[in-house]
Amino acid sequence: MDIALRNMVKKQLLWISLAAISMFFASMLSAFIVEKADVGNWKEFILPNYFVFSTGVIILSSLLLFFIKPQLKKEKSIFSLVFSVLILGIIFSYFQIKGWQQLTNQGIFLTGVGSNISGSFLYILTLTHLLHLVGGLVGLCISTIKSKQNLYSVNNYLGLELTAIYWHFLTVLWVILFAFLKFY
Amino acid sequence: MSEHHKENFITKYVFSMDHKMIAKQFLLTGMFMAVVGMLMSAIFRVQLANPGESSILYNLLPSTWLNDAGGLNPDKYLALVTMHGTILVFWVLTAGLSGTFANFLIPLQIGARDMASGFLNMLSYWFFFIATVVLMSSLFVESGPASGGWTIYPPLSALPQAIPGSGTGMTLWLISITLFVVGSLLGGLNYIVTILNLRTIGMTMKRLPLTVWALLITAILGVLSFPVLLSCGLLLVFDRSFGTSFYLSDIIINGEVLHNEGGSPILFEHLFWFLGHPEVYIILLPALGIVSEVIAVNSRKPIFGYKAMVGALLLIAFLSFIVWGHHMFMTGMNPFLGSVFTFTTLLIAIPSAVKVFNYLATLWRGNIRFTPAMLFAIGTVSAFITGGLTGIILGDSALDINVHDTYFVVGHFHIVMGLSAIYGMFAGVYHWFPKMYGRMMNKHLGYIHFWGTFICAYGVFFPMHFLGLAGLPRRYYSNSAFPMFDGLSDINALITFFALAGAIVQAIFLFNFFYSIFKGTKASQNPWKSNTLEWTTPIERIHGNWPGELPVVKRWAYDYSKPGAEEDFIIQTEPLKDGEIEH
Repeated sequence: MDIALRNMVKKQLLWISLAAISMFFASMLSAFIVEKADVGNWKEFILPNYFVFSTGVIILSSLLLFFIKPQLKKEKSIFSLVFSVLILGIIFSYFQIKGWQQLTNQGIFLTGVGSNISGSFLYILTLTHLLHLVGGLVGLCISTIKSKQNLYSVNNYLGLELTAIYWHFLTVLWVILFAFLKFY
Repeated sequence: MSEHHKENFITKYVFSMDHKMIAKQFLLTGMFMAVVGMLMSAIFRVQLANPGESSILYNLLPSTWLNDAGGLNPDKYLALVTMHGTILVFWVLTAGLSGTFANFLIPLQIGARDMASGFLNMLSYWFFFIATVVLMSSLFVESGPASGGWTIYPPLSALPQAIPGSGTGMTLWLISITLFVVGSLLGGLNYIVTILNLRTIGMTMKRLPLTVWALLITAILGVLSFPVLLSCGLLLVFDRSFGTSFYLSDIIINGEVLHNEGGSPILFEHLFWFLGHPEVYIILLPALGIVSEVIAVNSRKPIFGYKAMVGALLLIAFLSFIVWGHHMFMTGMNPFLGSVFTFTTLLIAIPSAVKVFNYLATLWRGNIRFTPAMLFAIGTVSAFITGGLTGIILGDSALDINVHDTYFVVGHFHIVMGLSAIYGMFAGVYHWFPKMYGRMMNKHLGYIHFWGTFICAYGVFFPMHFLGLAGLPRRYYSNSAFPMFDGLSDINALITFFALAGAIVQAIFLFNFFYSIFKGTKASQNPWKSNTLEWTTPIERIHGNWPGELPVVKRWAYDYSKPGAEEDFIIQTEPLKDGEIEH
């Protein structure tokens, strides 16, 4: 298999995986809608401020990734860019955890006697998103190391490109989840 | 890789990345599980024929599964029914069928050296294998395996203390199905990208054999529907293990009031059947793909309506995502919504009929060779019609309500999904056995196998419709407590007789299969005189499939009995003659 074909295959594998992940979250959101319509004791919640901050952070991280290709074209180092995205990813994760802390302070729990199904959904949706994000962080760690070693060029940065696609997907997914949880 | 390379025992037979070996691994594991599932059904059929009595078959079970009189315990009866369903639906007819033939046929029929990722392919099998080990281990836990039905509806599946099978057995069920789904997704991703990218020169989508089309669409269905089962299972795990209430509300168990409020087991059904109905077609479409090939080859005629067949596959796949509610007519669904699901369900009859009529038109005035594979292929079409007709009844909410959860449903889905798919699988094994092992299966044993299976299968499942119409509920340990069903006990005994006879007939197949691997007549390169590319590979298995350059495709796969041709088949690599029009 030649390299161009191999790269295309890998990209397609990723895109189809993203379709599968989308179905996972789509089913979760439909479950949320069905339960909200059905449940008499659905408890409304106020989204933590930290989730607003984390939304800004992840959007910023995605925007930074758009500068990678122009930098590579100019044959400049992309280490600081990739490293920044990694740091923003970690900050996003931290804000999510702080968000959960705010939720528990409000009396909204994942489980237990005082929990409500609305809160459980909120935790599960954000938790599963974060678990997917951990995969992205691993990809960013590898990309950071490789960019430090100057292993990427404009003609050879597939691993980073795949990580970037996945990261953009996680950003879009989070924005949808956030908007859904905020406004639905 | 472009050429055959040296392999040791481990890389050739165990952690192989050769799609053909992985196909055989799926086939053998699927066959093993089929035997286990079949034995389970034989055991619970014996219980239904002779409720509470002992049987020599029960010697296969741990003594803790039996009561003092040597009869089967009710909770273990439920466990056997649950495990039978799980094994047959997922392990045999999903992984055993798709795993085998997608792996075996996709690279060979599209002219590729192997799958796009041999490593992912290998992982896919080993996830499946570990899932198998975990599922089988649940047979040996003290409280027994999962026993709330293969659909694992909550609250039985969500509360470990509900029934014995809700405990460790249910946990192992969930772990194994998660591993199974991961394996299926890895396989499905690989199948799709392989078909889209690795077709050899000239193998356009319009020239793809229908087998490959069916496997492609099946893989897409799997990739889009299995994640929903994962989310469904994840919520269940949280309910079981962490005390959430997604599927639970207002439960009192053993006098204890549980804290769970607000959840709904109906939500589980929505999520489960959103996978569950596409799953029917994940099972069925590969069988229909195999049948398309086998019928065309053995009718010596081009498949009738190639484009319509592809269109029908696509339409069935699309519709399969919007019909799940027909499994839930009895959940208190709004009657209007029920009528919507009735409408979408009955729409499936259109593409299904297109396929059936095209098969019949292909057979019509064909120069038919009744090989065992052909008999099983025709058997698939027959079962698809028989089971499809009762599907029209069950798809209609007004009619379904009357026979819901009765043996009518059991008879229906065993014929339309179980028999159709297993016949398709047998057709595939008989047809491609020479390519898999370089030898022929014994056709006389094949005929005995087909007719024995065909008669016994109808002997089992046809009378079930009458039991269902008489109101006999499914999944009951015994019906002897209800005088209204006393008159049906003879039918139950008859069904059990056919079930046991059918099980014995499968021993003939197993003997034929394993004997032929070693002692069967050596096969020629193209024993069925087929057009597709797999028959252009050497008889001796090599990793990379073709020793030299990859074949170049010049025509579609169904040029049988073409006027003006020297023989009644033209291999896909044969160039078009001057003035010859491609189909």
